[in-house]
Amino acid sequence: MYWGAMLRLEKLTKVYRTGDRALDAVDLEVPNGQVVALIGPSGAGKSTLIRCINRLVEPSSGKVFIGDEEITSLGAGALRRARRRMGMIFQEYALVERLTVMENVLSGRLGYVGFWRSFFRKYPQSDVDEAFRLLDRVGLVEMADKRADELSGGQRQRVGIARALIQNPALLLVDEPTASLDPKTSRQIMRLICELCEERGLAAIINIHDVALAQMFVQRVIGLNKGAIAFDGAPDSMTEDTLTMIYGEEDWKATIAKVEDEAA
Amino acid sequence: MSAAALDARIGKPWKKPAFIRNPYLRWGLYISAAIYILLAVSSIEVNWARVSEGLVRGWNFLAAFAEPDFLSRGKDIREGMIESVIMTVASTVVGILISVPIGLGAARNIAPLPVYLICRGIVALSRALNEIIVAILMVAIFGFGPLAGFITLSFATIGFLSKLLAEDIEDMDRVQAEAIKATGSGWLQWINYGVQPQVMPRLIGLSMYRLDINFRESAVLGLVGAGGIGATLNTAFDRYEYDTAAAILIIIIVTVMALEYLSGIIRARVQ
Repeated sequence: MYWGAMLRLEKLTKVYRTGDRALDAVDLEVPNGQVVALIGPSGAGKSTLIRCINRLVEPSSGKVFIGDEEITSLGAGALRRARRRMGMIFQEYALVERLTVMENVLSGRLGYVGFWRSFFRKYPQSDVDEAFRLLDRVGLVEMADKRADELSGGQRQRVGIARALIQNPALLLVDEPTASLDPKTSRQIMRLICELCEERGLAAIINIHDVALAQMFVQRVIGLNKGAIAFDGAPDSMTEDTLTMIYGEEDWKATIAKVEDEAA
Repeated sequence: MSAAALDARIGKPWKKPAFIRNPYLRWGLYISAAIYILLAVSSIEVNWARVSEGLVRGWNFLAAFAEPDFLSRGKDIREGMIESVIMTVASTVVGILISVPIGLGAARNIAPLPVYLICRGIVALSRALNEIIVAILMVAIFGFGPLAGFITLSFATIGFLSKLLAEDIEDMDRVQAEAIKATGSGWLQWINYGVQPQVMPRLIGLSMYRLDINFRESAVLGLVGAGGIGATLNTAFDRYEYDTAAAILIIIIVTVMALEYLSGIIRARVQ
């Protein structure tokens, strides 16, 4: 049981070797079960931010807490155990294309099973059952033995979601989940992610370019600009000025969803 | 683009910029290359009397292909072939087994710097030494016979396969591997799930190709005493038995073509 914030960032900073300051002392708290959209221009540091949380990118300074465990100070073994609690969903799906759908889903259990079990694909029955339950939940149970590269974009992202969820995570890190999907599939994927977060009480950070889509589904929006938080508030409190603050000057009338439209 | 800059372009033909911008340097290089080729060709000395004599010998050798003799030295040929096949298969298998860990270590995107340098060093050493030179050394150490050939070919396989495997790993899709790492996998699991599926088709293709090379090399290594069909071929030449030599060469060519065909089928299957 975690008290207070599920995820807490303290002065999180990342400076790349090229000198780019991708994150500049970001402070952020995400409570249990909250779904947050992270918006901002390309290069604002959105992708770096979520990769610093599970340390696929090493932060330069600052701290990351999941519950009361400090992620930033963990050694290699403890970091692997901590990563099990952070499911990640990727832009372009990042499935291992030459493995089957089932192997891709089961790879979410790699942090829990030993090497030889995973090498011979002899997963515990409970993992196999859970994999089928999740595939059924995302509507792909009959695809289990297909190779991942035979699937369509939307189907691949569903497999990516199942792979993240079988980790039994407390937090989902979602990097541009709809960037290469058509508008209808994008909505379906966002709805699926948000429904699953609600069913399982997961906190989530979703990087997303589509502002209107984010407003439709999330409870909180954070705008990132040049590595710093430029906006933090409810989706319906966003105005054209907010978008100018985050992205810069542009005509935003058609981009932002009107609150009265949503209510109607 | 300003209006003046556009006007200057309109109505004029467009040409791709030359690879070497400076025209003096460009034409200077073309002319020096032409002069070099002229000088090089004119410096070759041909002894036409020797050539006319040699043409007859060459013709005798080619004529032997019309009536190759598989039988009179049949036992030697069979034994040589068996030795070559054993040498080829054993050295390829051992070479692959050693190449995989070295290939992993020689890929900069997954190996730490010290491991990378050591593995690249092994690859460079293996590639720097030509098979014939290694074979002469191995014959000096282990004596005449297929053991020297086996060790030589294993050593050469390591340089070839590790280097190309490492390059394939460096070219892999980073995000697929990253996704596996994000699940909390261990290092070996990460290799097995995130890296291996991406490079397996190429590894199989390269192994088949190397099997083919090793067989051809085994025929050459026999000439320096490292056993196999090459030794039989060498003996046939020494005895001026061109018909037997032709038979051996035909067997080698057919085997290499069969291996080539087989590897083509296998590579198409594993995509």
